[in-house]
Amino acid sequence: MLIRRPADIPPSEITSDTLYRGRRAFVRDMGLAGLAFAGLSLPGLAEAARLPSVVKSPLSTTETPTPLKSVTSYNNYYEFGTDKGDPVDRAGALKLRPWTVRVEGLCAKPRSFAIEDLLKLAPIEERIYRMRCVEGWSMVIPWDGFPLSALLKQVEPLGSAKYVEFTTVADEKTMPGLGRRILDWPYTEGLRLDEAMHPLTILAVGLYGEELLGQNGAPIRLVVPWKYGFKGAKSLVRIRLVDKQPATAWNNAAPEEYGFYSNVNPTVDHPRWSQATERRLGEFSKRKTLMFNGYAEQVASLYNGMDLRKFF
Amino acid sequence: MAAHSRSAGLRAPGPRQILTLKIVLFAVSLLPFLWNLRALLQDALGANPIEAITHASGDWTLRFLLITLAITPLRKLTGWHWLVRLRRMLGLFAFFYVSLHFITYLWLDQFFDWNGIAHDIVKRPFITAGFAAFVLMIPLAATSFNAAIRALGGRRWQALHRSIYAIGILGVIHYWWLVKRDITEPLIYAAILALLLGLRMWWREQERRRQLQRVAVAN
Repeated sequence: MLIRRPADIPPSEITSDTLYRGRRAFVRDMGLAGLAFAGLSLPGLAEAARLPSVVKSPLSTTETPTPLKSVTSYNNYYEFGTDKGDPVDRAGALKLRPWTVRVEGLCAKPRSFAIEDLLKLAPIEERIYRMRCVEGWSMVIPWDGFPLSALLKQVEPLGSAKYVEFTTVADEKTMPGLGRRILDWPYTEGLRLDEAMHPLTILAVGLYGEELLGQNGAPIRLVVPWKYGFKGAKSLVRIRLVDKQPATAWNNAAPEEYGFYSNVNPTVDHPRWSQATERRLGEFSKRKTLMFNGYAEQVASLYNGMDLRKFF
Repeated sequence: MAAHSRSAGLRAPGPRQILTLKIVLFAVSLLPFLWNLRALLQDALGANPIEAITHASGDWTLRFLLITLAITPLRKLTGWHWLVRLRRMLGLFAFFYVSLHFITYLWLDQFFDWNGIAHDIVKRPFITAGFAAFVLMIPLAATSFNAAIRALGGRRWQALHRSIYAIGILGVIHYWWLVKRDITEPLIYAAILALLLGLRMWWREQERRRQLQRVAVAN
């Protein structure tokens, strides 16, 4: 069975950590030097604040991260418009402070968390994850964040809680996309509780060591690396523990195309296109898509005995 | 003719002016290609340049198809019959852009994986529609020179070239079926296409009624 596939990347493809960090520093310094030379400012470099301390994680991939410019300028965030260039142009208007995330539902201690508290809730880890979009492209993103489980433990989920529902911001003033009902707003997503508690599942507050920008889901977003990118709900305002499978935006919009699980699976095609391959941004050839986006070793057991064609 | 009197103030361009017009039109029609080529070489097509090229070549194919289809209605509405002399070049530019679109798919999307391509054509309705439109455009491009028109005879040539109506419809369907959720743009192309084909149907119906009336009067 495919879900038992072991390692994801052949050792020959792995760049040593020091080399890759050196390259990143070089790219960043050259980029900054170039900007200084040109007297320009780039959205993303100029405005984002650096995160104070970020620790490395053994859960990171050693693959080369996608350049910051691509990560911050090629985004799906339909509240700002359906073109991938819309979010970078428009998301700067989103007001990021004050910001609170309400965590509620089937838990002993529901409460609201100010973003300042969330930034201090747990050590911020660098998690370099593959990100596979359902459209057939992928990136490698050095997220900064902490396990979602750390937050959920704070509110003490009840035994009756089986799922987690995520609700994202819907601000009419700054989000022109809300004027058109392309999806049901606010955007909602959901995970099974065991998926939400999995160590790979994080709440990201930054990337490349800097606080998130609006287009990437600032100030805090979900990242579930073995699922298609749209499962990673952006700019979270509410997290709710529930006993029934929650409705999710894309599943509501086209249930035959986007399932609740939406695990990356090269053997289950989107009804209109193949999911067998993907284009890693910055690469010329296409890659074969890996089962669970290459995280099968860690997550396949969550789905033991499930027909992944049915629960796509 | 009625149309003629409407354009009485405007003298039809002479052969030299038509030639100038054709040269200008050729240069303008090539601009999207040149602009994208320049952007590609300057790495200015964004994070996913191959997707950008695929989309641009597809968009320009549809646009040139619609412009080509607009010639006859424009002629009828303005009485500028010389417009028809620009039509072949416009149609060939649609074929130029669809060829770029198809090569991008063959090479940069499928990497000449013929099995994968065959599978796509059979299994993905949007690819089926797009591929059918492309295949139907080949005989039109291949019979676009004067000798082919003479060889086929005007009537048969015209009948063959009416397949552009089906090509336009297939092209819009191809776009409609591939977008994830926001159908605004395919809808715009569909509306323009519906207008251009609708005008033809309406004129044809008017013509049919006129003929019926003539027959009635004669009897």
